[in-house]
Amino acid sequence: MDAIMLQEKLVERLLCARGRTTRQKDKQYVGFATLPNQVHRKSVKKGFDFTLMVAGESGLGKSTLVNSLFLTDLYKDRKLLNAEERINQTVEITKHTVDIEEKGVKLKLTIVDTPGFGDAVNNNECWKPITDYIDQQFEQYFRDESGLNRKNILDNRVHCCLYFIPPFGHGLRPVDVEFMKALHEKVNIIPLVAKADCLTPNEIKKLKDRVRDEIERFGIKVYQFPECDSDEDEEFKQMDKELKECTPFAVIGSNTVVEARGQRVRGRLYPWGIVEVENQSHCDFVKLRNMLIRSHMHDLKDVTCDVHYENYRAHCIQEMTSKLAQDNRIDSPIPILPLPTPDAETERLIKMKDEELKRMQEMLEKMQQQMHEKDTC
Amino acid sequence: MADTAKTTHPQPAGRPEKGAEFGYVGIDAILEQMRRKAMKQGFELNIMVVGQSGLGKSTLINTLFKSKVSRRSVMPSDEERIPKTIEIKSVSHDIEEKGVRMKLTVIDTPGFGDQINNENCWQPIMKFINEQYEQYLQEEINISRKKRIPDSRVHCCIYFIPPTGHCLRPIDIEFMRHLSKVVNIVPVIAKADTLTLEERDFFKQKIREDLRVNEIEVYPQKEFDEDSEDRMINDKIREMIPFAVVGSDQEYQVNGKRLLGRKTRWGTVEVENTAHCEFAYLRDLLIRTHMQNLKDITSSIHYEVYRVRRLNENNTHPSDQPNGHSNGVPTHEVLSHEM
Repeated sequence: MDAIMLQEKLVERLLCARGRTTRQKDKQYVGFATLPNQVHRKSVKKGFDFTLMVAGESGLGKSTLVNSLFLTDLYKDRKLLNAEERINQTVEITKHTVDIEEKGVKLKLTIVDTPGFGDAVNNNECWKPITDYIDQQFEQYFRDESGLNRKNILDNRVHCCLYFIPPFGHGLRPVDVEFMKALHEKVNIIPLVAKADCLTPNEIKKLKDRVRDEIERFGIKVYQFPECDSDEDEEFKQMDKELKECTPFAVIGSNTVVEARGQRVRGRLYPWGIVEVENQSHCDFVKLRNMLIRSHMHDLKDVTCDVHYENYRAHCIQEMTSKLAQDNRIDSPIPILPLPTPDAETERLIKMKDEELKRMQEMLEKMQQQMHEKDTC
Repeated sequence: MADTAKTTHPQPAGRPEKGAEFGYVGIDAILEQMRRKAMKQGFELNIMVVGQSGLGKSTLINTLFKSKVSRRSVMPSDEERIPKTIEIKSVSHDIEEKGVRMKLTVIDTPGFGDQINNENCWQPIMKFINEQYEQYLQEEINISRKKRIPDSRVHCCIYFIPPTGHCLRPIDIEFMRHLSKVVNIVPVIAKADTLTLEERDFFKQKIREDLRVNEIEVYPQKEFDEDSEDRMINDKIREMIPFAVVGSDQEYQVNGKRLLGRKTRWGTVEVENTAHCEFAYLRDLLIRTHMQNLKDITSSIHYEVYRVRRLNENNTHPSDQPNGHSNGVPTHEVLSHEM
């Protein structure tokens, strides 16, 4: 925050009336040091979006963790199936979207849930609906990007996938390995040890070491934290090192607030003690939250755009060109996409819809403000 | 009870009271005789543990018998890897307490439910149980039988349910549905220190509901209650199953006492404290109160069902076997069928 205020002061000085002495000093400033500030202001206006996928067997605390991370209750009306209904269940993909605002910054958060994963007796290829979904989002973005009207592209690509590993085993199970190998080149995978309150500190350490070993052994490419630059200060580097050594994070989630040490905290009440979700010595929830939201959210999005999406795109284009070569069409330097080129009629319709959307968004904002004012007074 | 094995009338010291000692025959002394004989012979108990890897099966068995009797303790070189198919591993120990000897066999099933495709994962287990019955049957129909047939039949199968907190999974239902017909199943909620008390009650309710809907009879089965006293005791147990257990083979100091438990940063889970988990109830059920009942039900009901089925099978195909069982002559060409 201090850096931003400094930038603002700088801008002020540049724009306001100048005296003689200041003019001399100004000769040394060009003024583009304020660029980050400008970008910052523009993005705050636009708002951010983030798509998070949670995957893992049922009963590992995925919904509870999501609620704890974002301090919301996304799963109020959820109906859990019982065992006979689950026998014939296939893996579904459900999406929940919520708009969160904090200190003027808007975030449109989409949680993609995968109920039914790993629950059946025969779990062969149970990750296929998930890979299909991710590919679908890439394909849709690809088409939109290659289209003619690119103003309002909706980015539904999955930026991060939290994979929940059960704490009961002795490491990765076959289904865990297969899932991660099917997805590690399509999405950023962050493996987590779920329900970590059933493990003693020694057991957690053993399990983490085993999981890290197995991830390396099977060649699974999970999300790697970017290296810090050598000119960062020591404290930051230390924190970064701790973060890297802590993966996979052992997390605990909670929907309830309990009283511990005189404060009301999110936690779980047992007859033998109280587990606090935000206590760093109890679990790695705080580290996960800081990493996911406070420090690496943007990097996750960047890696998705620059690495996974580009891989998909390159693969897609290659397939198309090879198909074209097979069909013996004219060799064009630019691959021709099998898209219907919109004619004037559809162009007009698109423009109309755009304006309608803008109007509706403004109306929604006005209503939200009115409700907010009603609440405050 | 006095030492009245030899005499039928104890010599009363002083004047006999009206009617009391005269009428005493001493039939109740038979209990003492049986007890002595049983102590000499020793008991046998065969427990099978089934569940996914990592649910604490070996630790629980060690905790139950307060000694390192599980497969892990015996074969320390057996690293913790998931086998590709289900294996059946049996480990036997002789343990003794206050002069009573017991031959305890723990049958472990590594690999159950760990694969991606778990269809028919109960079949190897079913086959093993039927093989034990078959072995006993063969010994029984021998012409010259052994004085004491070694009993390797599975008396009790402890099934470990992972503490998801929601309900039973399809694999649990399939397994229990198939196996509750051939063996006594005692379902337990493993690693119960991951559930708060409300979650535990809710989970238990859901499990009981699921079992009822799928018509799965776990131990103690309702139909085998002999009298109203039994029924009362067993009803109380039925209200509590499945037991939520926590196992541990490490001791910690709690309030000046050394107790078995699990120490975490927010407290110590005491295994034998009934306010923390239900391990004590499970132990009482399996060992202190219902052990003989488990063995009785196995031998008089499950085994008999198997035996009747096998004998009927042989009788309906007299042409296949040269000597059917109808004339009591055993044929060792009898094939053991897979049920």
